[in-house]
Amino acid sequence: MITVKKLVKRFGMKTVLRGVDFEVQPGEFVALLGPNGAGKTTFLRILASLSRPSLGEVRVANYRLPNQAAAVRARLGVVSHLPLLYGDLTAEENLQFYARMYNVANYALRITEVLELVGLENRRRDLVRTFSRGMQQRLAIGRAVIHDPEVMLFDEPYTGLDQDASSMLDEVLRSVAAKGRTVVMTSHDLARAEDLATRFDILSRGVITASITHRQLGRNNLLTFYKNALAG
Amino acid sequence: MASKTLITDNKVKNASFSKAIAAVVWKDLSAEFRSRELFSAMLVFSLLVILIFNFALELDIKTRQSVTAGVLWVTFAFAGTLGLNRSMAVEKDRGCLDGLLLAPVDRAAIYFGKAISNLVFMLIVEAIVLPVYSFLYATNLFQPGLLLVILLGSVGYVAVGTLLASMAVQTRTRDVLLPILLFPVVIPVLIASVKASGGFLSGADFITEIMPWINLLLVYDVIFTAIAFMTFDYVVEE
Amino acid sequence: MQTKPIALKVLDIASVLLLAVATYLALFYAPTEAVMGQVQRVFYFHVPAAWVGLLGFIAAAVAGIVYLVTHDQKWDIIEMAAVEISLVFFFIAIVLGSIWARPIWNTWWTWDPRLTTAAITELIYIAYFMLRAGIEDPDRRARFGAVYTLVGAVSAPITFMVIRLFRTIHPVVIAGGDPNAQGTFAMTGGMQVAFFFGLFTFTVIFIDLFWNRIRLGNLAAKVEQLKLNITN
Repeated sequence: MITVKKLVKRFGMKTVLRGVDFEVQPGEFVALLGPNGAGKTTFLRILASLSRPSLGEVRVANYRLPNQAAAVRARLGVVSHLPLLYGDLTAEENLQFYARMYNVANYALRITEVLELVGLENRRRDLVRTFSRGMQQRLAIGRAVIHDPEVMLFDEPYTGLDQDASSMLDEVLRSVAAKGRTVVMTSHDLARAEDLATRFDILSRGVITASITHRQLGRNNLLTFYKNALAG
Repeated sequence: MASKTLITDNKVKNASFSKAIAAVVWKDLSAEFRSRELFSAMLVFSLLVILIFNFALELDIKTRQSVTAGVLWVTFAFAGTLGLNRSMAVEKDRGCLDGLLLAPVDRAAIYFGKAISNLVFMLIVEAIVLPVYSFLYATNLFQPGLLLVILLGSVGYVAVGTLLASMAVQTRTRDVLLPILLFPVVIPVLIASVKASGGFLSGADFITEIMPWINLLLVYDVIFTAIAFMTFDYVVEE
Repeated sequence: MQTKPIALKVLDIASVLLLAVATYLALFYAPTEAVMGQVQRVFYFHVPAAWVGLLGFIAAAVAGIVYLVTHDQKWDIIEMAAVEISLVFFFIAIVLGSIWARPIWNTWWTWDPRLTTAAITELIYIAYFMLRAGIEDPDRRARFGAVYTLVGAVSAPITFMVIRLFRTIHPVVIAGGDPNAQGTFAMTGGMQVAFFFGLFTFTVIFIDLFWNRIRLGNLAAKVEQLKLNITN
């Protein structure tokens, strides 16, 4: 589903990604971990078609980036730590806007579906600027799945959420991932990542230094694995 | 390598160009209609500028006639930057610009959507300023010629302004930078609009004194709309 | 570090020598103009300075377009060098223009279309540098610079036409002077020698400064690269 070969990203003369090789099979849920400044957000932005690779090959859903970016975007859902929502519009109107931008057919029905999925049906006519951070994140996920994408990218989705909101987000993420979607998520929250993901990759200093599946890891070993990977 | 896809290729059709533009315009107008923040700011600002001009220039009836066009256009130019800044700031705020870029729509459609919304806001403000000015100074500003000039001038202003605002909002200095970038480049529009407006208000001869300015406005509008939507990609994509 | 190429060193010396000769020609060799007197000699520097400004203007516009097409950083350095040189030389032309205008038309500023356009172009250049100063990412800085250069390059000629139209339809009356006077006078042999030599000299100076400035830009870029190599 996602194939990345020797990806290099430079900003001016600073090289952030130094030849990343990365592959995700359909249906996998990959947690991308790593210290700050490793390039996780940059990497995700490239996968999301928001940034161009300097060198290397990137394919998402069998389409090449950046040449076939439009085809990729139609099949991609992205949730970042910013909600990407308009405060002065209601939840319903926000979803309506994105449904139109993604050319979703018969979106009235789909909007209700999505609102129920993220547990915001009763707030559909409320302005987004009145929402708490947790609610905004949930609506953001709604925005990201409205066009039923095959691939989902989450960049630090738990940032700024309290325990309750995080648990709610957990549930939503699980149901979203359950539909056979391919998911890549970056997170600092190792415990949550361990719970949700089927595979863990470590990105450090611009390259993937380690990769392990959930089965290989066993229970509660993620922190040890992470520390070892960074030390080595 | 074959992969199972949830959506087959022919079911995924991207939104057409005009649909995308319509969606963006609808979004901007709905949001603004609800909060009216941008709109009230532009309007109050315009009225204040007219008020200041009134005391700063101390006009008798005769002088007033010759400076009306200038006063109006200075007002529009400054109120316009408020609108442009705010319109792009909304996108920057919650990362919405990324939201727009993630959608499978042509970047030019995003440009046209924003430009049209900006134009609508500017025209609405102008539509209110005109009667207010007419009322305060007992002049009739509702002449078709004048309205045409205001339309053409606003189009040129907004065409360049939307592009430059998109750049300004991505810099460290943000709002402050827009007038500095915009005014030197939009001078032809301001001069032509003032001269044409003044011409219509004083009943000057159309062919010799007004038409050259209108032609200039048309040329400017066409050229800069073209430049703007062709370079918009480079301004928003990384 | 590479040392200065021989050709450039020769050009440096040639520029200085040519300037010395041109100054002699302008101040001593050329005959004194009948109507305006000694102050007319300013003309031998005023026009070539404006000419260099124009060369820089065109070079910047071309470099900007080439950058957008090729994304090669070296064109960004060329564009910036061209804008810098044009900025300085238009300023010189404007100042000399004022010095010339004062004794003849009893005013510092004549709102002459060419000088007014040059002044507005100066404002565009200043805006250009302020734009660049507010951007961290070198790639974005280069892209925005190129786009703004293009916008400015198209707008300046239109501004010139507008101001000229303004003057023909509504001639501005300047205190004491003929509104249409542009300081025309017939050039005799000696004057022509001084004038064309001056034009040639300033063109050589332009090439010399341009080359030096581009070289400086490239060296600065190299320093940045070396700094980054050390910190990584």
